[in-house]
Amino acid sequence: MVLQELASRLQNDFSAALVRTVEWRGELSVTVMRDRLHEIAQFLRNDPAMDFDYIVHVSSVDWPDDEERFEVVYELYSIRKRHQIRLKTRVPESDCVVDSLTDLWKGADFMEREVYDMMGIRFRNHPDLRRILLPDDYTEGYPLRKDFPLRGKGWRDTFEFLDETAR
Amino acid sequence: MGLIQLGRHDKDGTSDIVTTTVEKAVNWARKGSLWPMTFGLACCAIEMIAAVSSRYDMDRYGAGVFRASPRQSDLMIVAGTVCRRMAPVIRKLYDQMPEPKYVIAMGSCATSGNIYDSYSVVQGVDRFVPVDIYVPGCPPTPEALFDGILKLQERIMLKRVFLKQPDQVKSSFKI
Repeated sequence: MVLQELASRLQNDFSAALVRTVEWRGELSVTVMRDRLHEIAQFLRNDPAMDFDYIVHVSSVDWPDDEERFEVVYELYSIRKRHQIRLKTRVPESDCVVDSLTDLWKGADFMEREVYDMMGIRFRNHPDLRRILLPDDYTEGYPLRKDFPLRGKGWRDTFEFLDETAR
Repeated sequence: MGLIQLGRHDKDGTSDIVTTTVEKAVNWARKGSLWPMTFGLACCAIEMIAAVSSRYDMDRYGAGVFRASPRQSDLMIVAGTVCRRMAPVIRKLYDQMPEPKYVIAMGSCATSGNIYDSYSVVQGVDRFVPVDIYVPGCPPTPEALFDGILKLQERIMLKRVFLKQPDQVKSSFKI
C-alpha cells in the first residue's frame, strides 16, 4: 500500500486518536494519543492490508520545554508489503507510562527496556522491565534526559570493586 | 645494550665465553617472550590485530602469541574505550594474570577517555589498573604500538628481579 492510502485508512478508522500525520521525504509519521497507542498498533499488525510484522526500533525523545515532555517513537515495517510507518506518542513527565507493545511484537522487549533505562519511561504490561545497558543498581537516574549532567554524577569515577581485590 | 660480554678464545679468536648477570638474563628472557592477552574494546583492536598479522608481524618482538586467557598472559593491551561497566571485568582479568605482568594503554580512550567525556566512560584505564606504557593515537598505528612494546621491553630490562625494586627508580624512571 502506498503511503497516502496508509494514511487515509488510519484517518478513517482512528480519526479521533490521531494527533498529527506528517509525510516527509517518503516517510509517514503518525502521532497518536497515548491511550489509543496499543489499539492502533494492534490494528497495524493484524489488518491484512497493513500487515506490519516487524518492529524496527523503539526510541524516545526528550523535549524539555514541552508540556508533554517525552515522546516515544516506534518504527514499524512490513516485510511482505514493504511499507513502513513511524508511530509517535507523547508522554508527560508526571505520568511517565506507555502501554508496552511486547504482546504484539516480541522484538519490542529489549528496545523498550532500553528506553526505560535511558529515559525513564515505564511500559505497562512489559514482562521484564529492568535496566538493560546500565547495571541494575545504578542510582543516578536516566542519562539520556536533557537535565542529566553530561559527565554523570560520579559513577564513572567510583570503583568500588577495588576494595574487594588486593591492590 | 650491555647485556652480554663475549670473551675471545686465545688461539683462534672465536667466542667461547659469555658473561652477564642473572638479572639481565632473566629480564632478557622476559622481554623477549611477552604473551599478550586478546583484549580489544573498540577500533584500536583493529589496529592491534593488524599489528599481529603478517604485514607488520608483532611476533618479531616476541610478543605475537595472543592468548584468550589471562592466566596464560603477562601483557594486557587495553585497546579501546573503557566503559565503566567494563571496568570490574578488566580489573578481574588483570588480577588473574600471573606476575610479572604489564599493561599497555593503547590509544587515547584507554589513556584518558579521549572525547568521550561522558557519564559512562572511564577517563583512563589507569584509574583502576596500573599502566606501564601509554600509546597515543586515535587509533595508534601498528608502528606506534610497536614503539610502545619496545619501550616496555626497555623498561623490563631495568626491572630488578632478585632485589626489591627501589621506589626512586620506579618514580624517576624516564625513557
